[in-house]
Amino acid sequence: MNAKGTVFKYGDNVDTDVIIPARYLNSSDPAELATHCMEDIDKDFIKNVKKGDIIVAEKNFGCGSSREHAPIAIKAAGVSCVIAETFARIFYRNAINIGLPIIECPEASKGISAGDQVEVNFDTGVITDLTKGTSFQGQAFPEFMQKIIAAEGLVNYINNK
Amino acid sequence: MGMTMTQKILAHAAGLEKVEAGQLIEAKLDLVLGNDITSPVAIKEMEKMKVDGVFDRDKIALVPDHFVPNKDIKSAEHCKCVREFAKRNEITNYFEVGEMGIEHALLPEKGLTVAGDVIIGADSHTCTYGALGAFSTGVGSTDMAAGMATGMAWFKVPSAIKFNLTGKPSKWVSGKDVILHIIGMIGVDGALYKSMEFVGDGIANLSMDDRFTIANMAIEAGGKNGIFPVDALAEQYMKEHSNRAYTIYEADEDAVYDAEYTIDLSALRPTVAFPHLPENTHTIDEIHKMEEIPIDQVVIGSCTNGRLDDLRIAAEILKGRHVKKGMRCIVIPATQAIYMQAMEEGLLKIFVEAGAVVSTPTCGPCLGGYMGILAEGERCVSTTNRNFVGRMGHVNSEIYLASPAVAAASAVTGKISCPCELA
Repeated sequence: MNAKGTVFKYGDNVDTDVIIPARYLNSSDPAELATHCMEDIDKDFIKNVKKGDIIVAEKNFGCGSSREHAPIAIKAAGVSCVIAETFARIFYRNAINIGLPIIECPEASKGISAGDQVEVNFDTGVITDLTKGTSFQGQAFPEFMQKIIAAEGLVNYINNK
Repeated sequence: MGMTMTQKILAHAAGLEKVEAGQLIEAKLDLVLGNDITSPVAIKEMEKMKVDGVFDRDKIALVPDHFVPNKDIKSAEHCKCVREFAKRNEITNYFEVGEMGIEHALLPEKGLTVAGDVIIGADSHTCTYGALGAFSTGVGSTDMAAGMATGMAWFKVPSAIKFNLTGKPSKWVSGKDVILHIIGMIGVDGALYKSMEFVGDGIANLSMDDRFTIANMAIEAGGKNGIFPVDALAEQYMKEHSNRAYTIYEADEDAVYDAEYTIDLSALRPTVAFPHLPENTHTIDEIHKMEEIPIDQVVIGSCTNGRLDDLRIAAEILKGRHVKKGMRCIVIPATQAIYMQAMEEGLLKIFVEAGAVVSTPTCGPCLGGYMGILAEGERCVSTTNRNFVGRMGHVNSEIYLASPAVAAASAVTGKISCPCELA
């Protein structure tokens, strides 16, 4: 499994309130949530993001609230993978559980710039910056996580077992 | 190598003699919690699972508290979804408006959380129950769904940081100042993936409400859970509120910690976290040296600081004084029982006479839902737990996190203030 797309770059501590502000949490519809994804930190994100694009951030991505609406909004916006130096733990669990691929890789987080074309190989954990011609070794997904992602989330994975 | 308090609880729940940091385990759950924001997503996920109802109707708590009484039609639909699910599955602990409170104040008060429990909640502040010596942690809606269906959850056993609390806090310093000080010291990811274990003789000088406040904000340092040893005061609290049996776990003497800090509570000062991260802390003495920071609104409430101790100290400060002209001060008792007790003690009268408003229990303003949204450029001193960009309203508004004492004093002066400054 691979992801390939253009990079949107963010800094430290991107919290779930900016990923999807609580004023929109009176909805749980993924498509509707996606229309407000990242709007308090980058109001042009939703205008510019294309299916397959990749978010690269620094430390503690997804900190704050436990709202699963955050990874749901990112996934529904078309993002194929989030790369960060570290993730907040509830976001990490939620992303896996809903089948949004995420990879911790401090070197990629530092070395990749906004607008770069990046490819991620989920089997090997290798992240390639096609624009710069560099590559980074991220943490490969254990098999069960790959299966959860392939099944588009924990619930389908459990049902398929 | 010994185990931490958290590791011992998890080992027991997983049916294992011993666990180590990093180990993946499956543990039995004593309680699964959700609110009106997270439960509808969990219910939808659970309906996709091939299961026949919930694992135990007594071990699920559904507390609509974020946008209730329903703030709009969409919120009403969410609440209806939760209500109907609770009815269909005969959930014992569903709390309707009129009985509900803010979940993390309500559940301990109702005796649903006791020492030794393993609790997951689809709300990040589920870590609050560590004040009673339980392992409790926030999860998302899918984990909640799996928990409701199976009564089990998988965990990666956390390592821990030890906080040795000594001494006695001075007047006007409370649990909020302790936890803000700690977050300022270690940062918003200082305890990422880890347990925060609080120990030391200083704990005897902290009320249960102080401890709930401290454990509540463990997540603001990235922690998986925050946990306190069970002393006589915690046992007394559980005996008064619960008829459930509890189990006391203690860390082994040779338990291993990633880091250890000693904090002299007597040296702490009223502390305020500036926008837009809980780690941006300044003591009141540092603030006195800055240019005045005028404010527009004060919020006293939330799962962090809406308990009786919090209302009592705010009332002590507001008694015979008045909220500054042009300012709004919103007081939100966290549960109906707290509301009633505050009424009986005359606290609500003091608030209203001082020009504050008193609301029914709700998370409302803390997450920018309703009941106190900020306009562009406005500033709020709030006893809540997060001051992220746009958290309480407009993306260009600001939140200063503080104790109820500082919040109440600030309501009187119209700027960030310590009660000691009031005449």
